[in-house]
Amino acid sequence: MSEISRRDAVRRLAMAIAATGVVDRAAAQDVHSMTAAAQAASGGSYAPKAFTADQFRTLERLTDLIIPVENGAPGAVAAGAAAWIDMISSENDQLKTIYGNGFTWIDAAMKQRGAASFVSATPEQQTALLDLIAYRRNQSPELSPGIEFFSWVRRMTVDAFYTSEIGIKDIDYRGNRPMGSYPSPEESIAYAVKKAGL
Amino acid sequence: MPQTNTVHDVVIVGSGAGGGTVTKVLADLGISVLLLEAGPMLIMSDLKEHMLPYHVPHRGAGAKGEAYTGGRTGFTYSATYGGAQLDGEPYTVAPGSDFSWFRSRILGGRTNHYGRVTLRFADYDFMGKSIDGLGFDWPIRYEDLAPYYDKAENFIGVVGTVEKIRSAPDGIFQTPAALRAHDTLVQRSCAKLGIRAVPARQAVITRATNGRPPCHYCGQCGRGCMTASNYAASYVQIFPAMKTGRVQIIANAMARELVTDASGKVTAVSYIDKTTGSEQQVRCRTVVLAASACESARLLLNSKSSRHPQGLANSSGVVGRYLMDTVGSSLSAHVPALSGMPRYNSDGYGNHVYVPWWGWEKQKALGFPRGYHIEVGGGYGMPNIGSFTGIANRAEGYGTKLKQAIRDEYGTSVGLSGRGEMIPNEQSFCEIDPEVKDRWGIPVLRFHWAWSDHELNQVRHMQETFRAILEGMGGQIATGGGRGGGRGAAAAGASPQAAARPPISRGGAIIHEVGTVRMGNDPKTSPLNKYCQGHEVKNLFVADGAPFVTNPDKNPTHTIIALAWRTADYLAEEMRKGNV
Repeated sequence: MSEISRRDAVRRLAMAIAATGVVDRAAAQDVHSMTAAAQAASGGSYAPKAFTADQFRTLERLTDLIIPVENGAPGAVAAGAAAWIDMISSENDQLKTIYGNGFTWIDAAMKQRGAASFVSATPEQQTALLDLIAYRRNQSPELSPGIEFFSWVRRMTVDAFYTSEIGIKDIDYRGNRPMGSYPSPEESIAYAVKKAGL
Repeated sequence: MPQTNTVHDVVIVGSGAGGGTVTKVLADLGISVLLLEAGPMLIMSDLKEHMLPYHVPHRGAGAKGEAYTGGRTGFTYSATYGGAQLDGEPYTVAPGSDFSWFRSRILGGRTNHYGRVTLRFADYDFMGKSIDGLGFDWPIRYEDLAPYYDKAENFIGVVGTVEKIRSAPDGIFQTPAALRAHDTLVQRSCAKLGIRAVPARQAVITRATNGRPPCHYCGQCGRGCMTASNYAASYVQIFPAMKTGRVQIIANAMARELVTDASGKVTAVSYIDKTTGSEQQVRCRTVVLAASACESARLLLNSKSSRHPQGLANSSGVVGRYLMDTVGSSLSAHVPALSGMPRYNSDGYGNHVYVPWWGWEKQKALGFPRGYHIEVGGGYGMPNIGSFTGIANRAEGYGTKLKQAIRDEYGTSVGLSGRGEMIPNEQSFCEIDPEVKDRWGIPVLRFHWAWSDHELNQVRHMQETFRAILEGMGGQIATGGGRGGGRGAAAAGASPQAAARPPISRGGAIIHEVGTVRMGNDPKTSPLNKYCQGHEVKNLFVADGAPFVTNPDKNPTHTIIALAWRTADYLAEEMRKGNV
């Protein structure tokens, strides 16, 4: 195959991918369009399906603390992590129960610490509680349900963020795109070989 | 029962590597075939390899978030079209056994998404029993199959390099892609141990071949390939063969049994039309079973009659017997040398490097009889559901520190997976469950499975070797150690018995099940002759993994293709002579 026809093939492929992207997005009712539609219907904010408005605000705040805005780079809130977790939980009773119980626990724990609820607590109160439940070493009869809940929120927030367009850009994933050839990553190899002493 | 009067020259059951090859070869030789596939037609635009996770609502977590709470995933996201659990198509596992049976229901079967590892058997692989007294010898030798490996490589296209290693015979190779950073570390660490790691042999094309454009290195081979730049029976063999006008396909046709006449010949294939649930028959002059090793065995065992009380082609009683899978075990490590490395696109095409078996000369001293090869994983994979669960769990906490931990670890994990030979044994087989039937009333398979010390000792050696290779590049092995690997693999140390057991895959988990309708020269011990033709039923041929006599460490697809090609050539010649 000549270089020109090869390039042409790659270009045609890229076009096919672009076309497929549109078709797939439409067919799959991409979560962003779903989220956008739900937001439009509710006058701007996402209308949760699995959780109450209060619970959803708690979830969104938790995702914000787990993957925050960092030096201006958008975090879990901009990536719609809470909406995605809500959508998945709306179809899965087990997750709905885990989250429902977790929201109850975290509000009760906050009350004990002098705030009306998790979302109404000060950022300092919120992080003080997270500093306890974000670590297994703090396991105790009192804290263990919170630790287990937070581990679910962290896991699913990380999933939601890094599978979003924002998160994939944040982690700088460069693959799954057509290349005309696969060049040797010489600079990277030299770095790794030297560092490994091989 | 509805039956047309047409007698088809050849009816092929199943459209994977074996069925696809027979279809292509016969159609090229001017012979018309009717192909029955238990799943739907593959539609190329349905392939999803260029989708990013956020292009689907569940992002690969599966409908209803099954990735989190159990159940199958991936149907909406990749091209697997299958799994161990299929609605209405159960199988059973005998008490004390552990076996997982992956089935694919789609034109092309598992070849649409398999790993594309393409390895020839070595000369010694055909005569294991003559060498160490274990298992069985094949009725053919390397020289019998070599011309068909050549044909297969020429047609489907395989990357690789000539290395002159006895355990890994060279083939006809296209130029492979460059090694990546983690591939290079593995290669150099192996070299320190006196082990050779060489460019991987994959059914991927790097130059235009038979109208297929070369690989575009998107790295998503496991999700199908819309440019047909890797091998799948569907888009490399069957679609082109359809253009000859000699291929008729009935999709959604679940074969139920083979109908025979008084002379014992197969006269028709009865199948369920899954779209209506009705039973149909197609008449045939010859039949080729390529439904996968266990489905082909099931079909023969379910073809019972007063003349064939043990099932068809089964006077020997060995149909279903000597079921084998590949021995799987894995170990991975965090490799600090890869942390902070200048970022690049590491996707390429699956494996770029592999380690052929190096110990065949000193096998007696090793404490296990047969070899294994090592497959290498690593790089900056596309972020998916679960990609960062491990690091998030280890790092704990939240906020920018958690994010930094994820960033630091991304792309620094290197995994080694051993793929070893199992010795066939009397405890590993499938049979018809006396009670359970599938949704169409077809009796299902019941599996029996046992690993022996041969495999467990091999896994111990794998784990020691993996550790040495990974530590040789400064790798830090995670606590908990190795895994059995493969789908549905049980974690090591889950029970007191398991604690003493090295991390070995579940039976079936590597999805290399073979050997249930084996070939051999003696009709008393083998249902098929050396051309994969029934000893007792001359117009019956088997062209999947079922004829395998042993299961060498080489992934089976390449040998399924070569054997099927040879069988198709033989069938055509016998047909021309009027013998079938």
